[in-house]
Amino acid sequence: MEDINTVQDEIIDEFGILGDDKESTIFYIMELGEQLADFPEEERKEDNIIKGCQSKVWLITSYQDGKIQFLADSNTAITKGLISLLIRVLSDRTAREIIDADLYFIKEIGMGNIIGSQRSNGLAAMIKQMKLFALAYQSKIDA
Amino acid sequence: MSDWVEVIDKNRKEIDVKQIRKDFPVLHQEVNGKPLAYFDNAATTQKPAQVIAALEHYYKKDNSNIHRGAHTLASRATENFENTRSSVKEFINAPSREEVIFTKGTTEAINLVASSFGERYIHEGDEIIISTMEHHSNIVPWQLLCERRKAILKVIPIFKNGEMDLEAYKKLLSSKTKLVSVVHASNALGTVNPIREMIDLAHNFGARFLVDGAQSAAHLPVDVQALDCDFLVFSAHKMYGPTGVGVLYGKRSLLEEMPPYQGGGEMISEVRFEKTSFNELPYKFEAGTPNIADVVAFDQAISYINRYGKDKIHSHESALLAYAFQKCVSIRGFEPIGTANEKVSVLSFNLKNIHPFDVGMMLDASGIAVRTGHHCTQPLMNWYGIEGTVRASFAVYNTTEEIDRLYESLVRISKRKN
Repeated sequence: MEDINTVQDEIIDEFGILGDDKESTIFYIMELGEQLADFPEEERKEDNIIKGCQSKVWLITSYQDGKIQFLADSNTAITKGLISLLIRVLSDRTAREIIDADLYFIKEIGMGNIIGSQRSNGLAAMIKQMKLFALAYQSKIDA
Repeated sequence: MSDWVEVIDKNRKEIDVKQIRKDFPVLHQEVNGKPLAYFDNAATTQKPAQVIAALEHYYKKDNSNIHRGAHTLASRATENFENTRSSVKEFINAPSREEVIFTKGTTEAINLVASSFGERYIHEGDEIIISTMEHHSNIVPWQLLCERRKAILKVIPIFKNGEMDLEAYKKLLSSKTKLVSVVHASNALGTVNPIREMIDLAHNFGARFLVDGAQSAAHLPVDVQALDCDFLVFSAHKMYGPTGVGVLYGKRSLLEEMPPYQGGGEMISEVRFEKTSFNELPYKFEAGTPNIADVVAFDQAISYINRYGKDKIHSHESALLAYAFQKCVSIRGFEPIGTANEKVSVLSFNLKNIHPFDVGMMLDASGIAVRTGHHCTQPLMNWYGIEGTVRASFAVYNTTEEIDRLYESLVRISKRKN
């Protein structure tokens, strides 16, 4: 499997091809969201909602062979697309990899301009939650 | 089919939109590489150059604290500030200047009444009536008051098309009703409520009536004497004026009986440690240094509306609404929310299978500014069983060409899922 930074560089290249046209960029992010793996209906509950997002975002994790898998969903297509990018970079990684990840692709693709400041806060909340999950797993490993 | 759908072009009073657009500097820019089409006017309107110039002039030439200064600038600032009060008095046809109180917005004006009128007139077991389509600003202050005074809040139901259920309203009214507080024009649906009739009905039971005019002040005739409302509240920034200024009109007899809202400068006549006596109206309710610059500039917004006349403005906006509705209704998956017979220029809708946030985001990418979400009317959204809507609201400077762009973008967006 490619390392985190290789995946980030791929994303940067993909967004580079889209250029400056905001409409096609937004449509592209939404299409990415549609490819997200199905989210189990019974997990679409209050406990799994990430606080700090304008849209509803559900996030759950599982742990297998020393790696963390993320599953997520949202009620809005744009947010689903954003999560799909994060999952592509961070899912199926060790806790340490997730904790140490420097997610430079977000700045590189100009995400702040694409989604605006209110959604950027939501994106930051998603990343924080994913890293917190990784920290929790790591502390279990260290214990 | 509703009246407003069919009024297009018939006997329409023309205004020169091209000329008007020249007065609004903010409109002449590109957003995301496309010319800006600003359809978020129910949230706040843009400001004409005359308002912006007045603000700048005030700070460059007249800045001073008002009412007690012993110098020329202070008297100039005071005169300009009080001129706006006179203009507001004329604008709403209030009997006197003293019944016009400046607040920082509609929300504060409602809170002032809830606090001050509530303190004097609302007691345990009394009833306050609002409606299903109220903005949170016209719900929460009454909830808080009812909790404080052990009073009861009652809610008028509406019909599916967004019109008020007047028969149900009549049944809610009783000798226990002390106040009815209802929106003149709904921010989320556009519905224009029959407030004249509603006020008369409330008065038959001795109840007072507050009109939330936030969405009507810039669009519809509002004459407090013709309406005979007890209170009227509205905001300057939704009528081409600056942010941070609102108006509370209240009948003199009520305002005189009501205790002050906040204590401080301006609102006193004499302060001794034993007892303070309060200033006369309107100053009794204007504690502290007011938002002088914005009140002064607000005068220009009123002049701007008066220059064209609300009938012409409303006629232009109604034509835009009818045009937009007729075009959009053909879009596959287009679901209008709020199709009352009488409306201000608010087009609230959803596209099937697409979240309103996503629609707003995609429109923004095309330079089209709308509002999405619950529009601070969550109980109304719950009533419709929806999370929110997309809202395009039109103002005097909007054009049919801009609506064509909205339509074309919506067609593209809807095609993805419908």
